Amino acid sequence: MESELKYVDLVEQPISMHPKKFALWLFIVTVVMVFAAWTSAFIVRQAEGNWLDYDLPQIFWFTSGIVILSSVALHWAYLSAKKDNFSQLRIGMSLAVILGICFLVGQWFSWIALVDSEVFFVGNPAGSFLYVLTGMHALHLISGLIFLIIVLISTFRYKVHSKSMDTMEMATTYWHFLGGLWLYLFMFLLLNH
Amino acid sequence: MATATVANHDSAAHDHHDHEHHDNFVTKYIFTQDHKMIGKQFLITGMFWAIIGGFLSILFRLQLGFPGMDMSFLRPILGGWIDEAGALDPTFYLALVTMHGTIMVFFVLTAGLSGTFSNYLIPLQIGARDMASGFMNMLSYWFFFLSSVIMFISLFIKTGPAGGGWVVYPPLSALEQAIPGSGLGMTLWLVAMTCFIASSLLGGINYITTVINLRTKGMSFSRLPLTIWAFFLTAVIGLLSFPVLFAAALLLVFDRSFGTSFYLSDIYIAGEALPNTGGSPVLFQHLFWFLGHPEVYIVLLPALGITSEIIATNSRKPIFGYKAMIISMLGITILSFIVWAHHMFVSGMNPFLGSIFMFLTLIIAVPSAVKVFNYLTTLWRGNLIFTPGMLFSIGLVSFFISGGLTGIFLGNSAIDIQLHDTYFVVAHFHLVMGSASFFGLMAGVYHWFPKMFGRMMDAKLGYIHFWLTFAGVYLVFFPMHYIGIAGFPRRYYSWTNFEFANMYTDLNMFVSVAAIITFAAQFIFIFNFFYSMFRGRIASLNPWRSNTLEWTTPLHPGHGNWPGEIPTVYRWPYDYSKPGAEEDFIPQTVPLSATPESNLPHEQELVKLELEIMKEDEEVLVANESKH
Ligand code: HEM
Ligand SMILES: [Cu+2]
Repeated sequence: MESELKYVDLVEQPISMHPKKFALWLFIVTVVMVFAAWTSAFIVRQAEGNWLDYDLPQIFWFTSGIVILSSVALHWAYLSAKKDNFSQLRIGMSLAVILGICFLVGQWFSWIALVDSEVFFVGNPAGSFLYVLTGMHALHLISGLIFLIIVLISTFRYKVHSKSMDTMEMATTYWHFLGGLWLYLFMFLLLNH
Repeated sequence: MATATVANHDSAAHDHHDHEHHDNFVTKYIFTQDHKMIGKQFLITGMFWAIIGGFLSILFRLQLGFPGMDMSFLRPILGGWIDEAGALDPTFYLALVTMHGTIMVFFVLTAGLSGTFSNYLIPLQIGARDMASGFMNMLSYWFFFLSSVIMFISLFIKTGPAGGGWVVYPPLSALEQAIPGSGLGMTLWLVAMTCFIASSLLGGINYITTVINLRTKGMSFSRLPLTIWAFFLTAVIGLLSFPVLFAAALLLVFDRSFGTSFYLSDIYIAGEALPNTGGSPVLFQHLFWFLGHPEVYIVLLPALGITSEIIATNSRKPIFGYKAMIISMLGITILSFIVWAHHMFVSGMNPFLGSIFMFLTLIIAVPSAVKVFNYLTTLWRGNLIFTPGMLFSIGLVSFFISGGLTGIFLGNSAIDIQLHDTYFVVAHFHLVMGSASFFGLMAGVYHWFPKMFGRMMDAKLGYIHFWLTFAGVYLVFFPMHYIGIAGFPRRYYSWTNFEFANMYTDLNMFVSVAAIITFAAQFIFIFNFFYSMFRGRIASLNPWRSNTLEWTTPLHPGHGNWPGEIPTVYRWPYDYSKPGAEEDFIPQTVPLSATPESNLPHEQELVKLELEIMKEDEEVLVANESKH
């Protein structure tokens, strides 16, 4: 026991960056690679011909707006947390969560619209790819939502404040990334269909 | 920060249980967060898989060496896969080849090699208490374990494990009707590989974070041992390529289970057209090899890093071209992402594109050659000490040369038309990847065993193991070049009905016998390993007289690695036989100011700076002490 304590007693070490934040960035890199793989597969496959042409659901414009608003709300919450303004922090975060849910609902309606215009998951890969891209993005967004909700709960326990911003910062980074990822996917689809 | 959390966590636990907090069996050996134990878990699991993978290869070698032989004696293990006449089932033969490849590439040489040594050595050699996140690290092992369990179960199901080759090309792997192995076996393969990817990514994120953020004082990137550089770059490659395999596998899952057509098009089975249209099987090949080629370097780089360390230590010479080694590893890292299509020269790819990939492929031979050259020049006129670890390292260099040379032939798109999918390719990658990395793994185990278990492995058994394996590998794989050039295709159950291949019966028999002997020789190692773990000679603290930090820890380091302060690093790790020095090695922890007799002029200038830093440290230390 004694020796065990000695091992940890004198821990004081220079460290360049918060390792969890750093790990989050690395995780983001892996997500980027997954979507890079699918979007390049999309282009490669499209170049081979036999490609179904269809119109993108108009709802994407709305959901893109929502995702931007959600990021704005979260950033507002983040800035408020830095200033220890707890009521604004909670309002901002709740808004971000609600808008996030609205985004998911919107994406669901886009699938309904796709089915209505006879673009199915099973069929020409042109359609399948669209479902994979939106679906997998939605799945990541759900993980982000869960993260946000966990942080939101901890704001009610006063665990997020100007001196304890790490999780809040990570949640904000991840959420902005997911918003940005959607905007990239949407632009990509607009340019390549 | 992470170390601080480790500390908080431990001292908090300590408060709660009031001096009762001691690791119990479960937290010490099973759900451990100590990087050293996790490394050992990876090693033992990897060894288990190596035996399974090796055994499978013996089974199909029997069929290749002695076509149609009576295998009824194997019925107790293989059951229905041996038919009435005692012959091996042809579809099971394909499953054997597939599982052998998958197990060896991913479970043994990725998880068993990277998982073991990255985990074990990174914190010890950079001077950290543990990985950045012990919990993620634990999760990484248990994902691997889960993946192993699933893959293992798939060996025993009725339709057999996956049978479409380790590269699982659709449509073969996508259609259940194609071969029995594409049914449940393939599903389990995909599930297991998904867990495996999760495990690799968790591990890789941890390795990168740790190397970047948790180095001890003075451990700049230009003082990192080459092992750490290799593990670090391996993790980077994995981080960028495994997600792509996941992306490819997920689309395959959709094709298999949901009826999409990403990879399937215009297929007729028994005269019936399948509904799938518009897919592209070549798309899968692109995605797969975008992982697949980097994967071969994921397997090789850690072995090369281990070799650098062992060769320098046992030549009692600084590694030749430290910077050149780093630059060539960086070069390999980058280039490994832009050569993948050399596996697809005959896939109907545009020949012009083929020339581009041929050009890029030949470029990657340059950094590889630089590394070989540096190993040889490090060995050249060194005071060689032939420990078993050293022998295995030299063996690696030998395989890397003989296997790398054939890569240059294969990299020529025109020559590859003849050689593709023949035993020539099998010979190439078993030498350059399989055997080289396996020797790196073995070298690492022999070299770091004293640190891992506090005892020495038996050297005599090590020598016997080395020579049998070294000779065995060449006897097995060298003849394969000839049959490959003759056009002998890989993954064929039976070849005796081909006129041109008939004359190679003896050669194949020879290879099979050599394979069996080589496989048997591995049990010498297994015995040595477990025997020495309990009965070996107690090791001294620094048995190889090495410079790196892990040898400054106690014989059985606890969780946290160093009792008291983490040592500070004052020099690079390769000060062997430095002119003027008393001993032929100067550990990294010896300040330059303590060795005026051997300092080079520019180091003498650093001494002043060093003394200042040490004074500051002293003050911090005193301040810390008074806090307690
Ligand atoms: C000198 C550099 C190298 C060159 C130019 C080279 C070239 C090639 C080429 C062109 C092929 C495809 C052959 C075919 O399927 O027709 C190939 C296959 C392969 N190479 Fe290399 N290679 C080199 C080094 C390596 C290294 C260092 C490794 C592993 C550490 C490696 C592992 C493999 C593997 C595993 C395959 C076979 C994959 C399969 O089809 O199952 N190669 N190599
Ligand atoms: Cu390759």
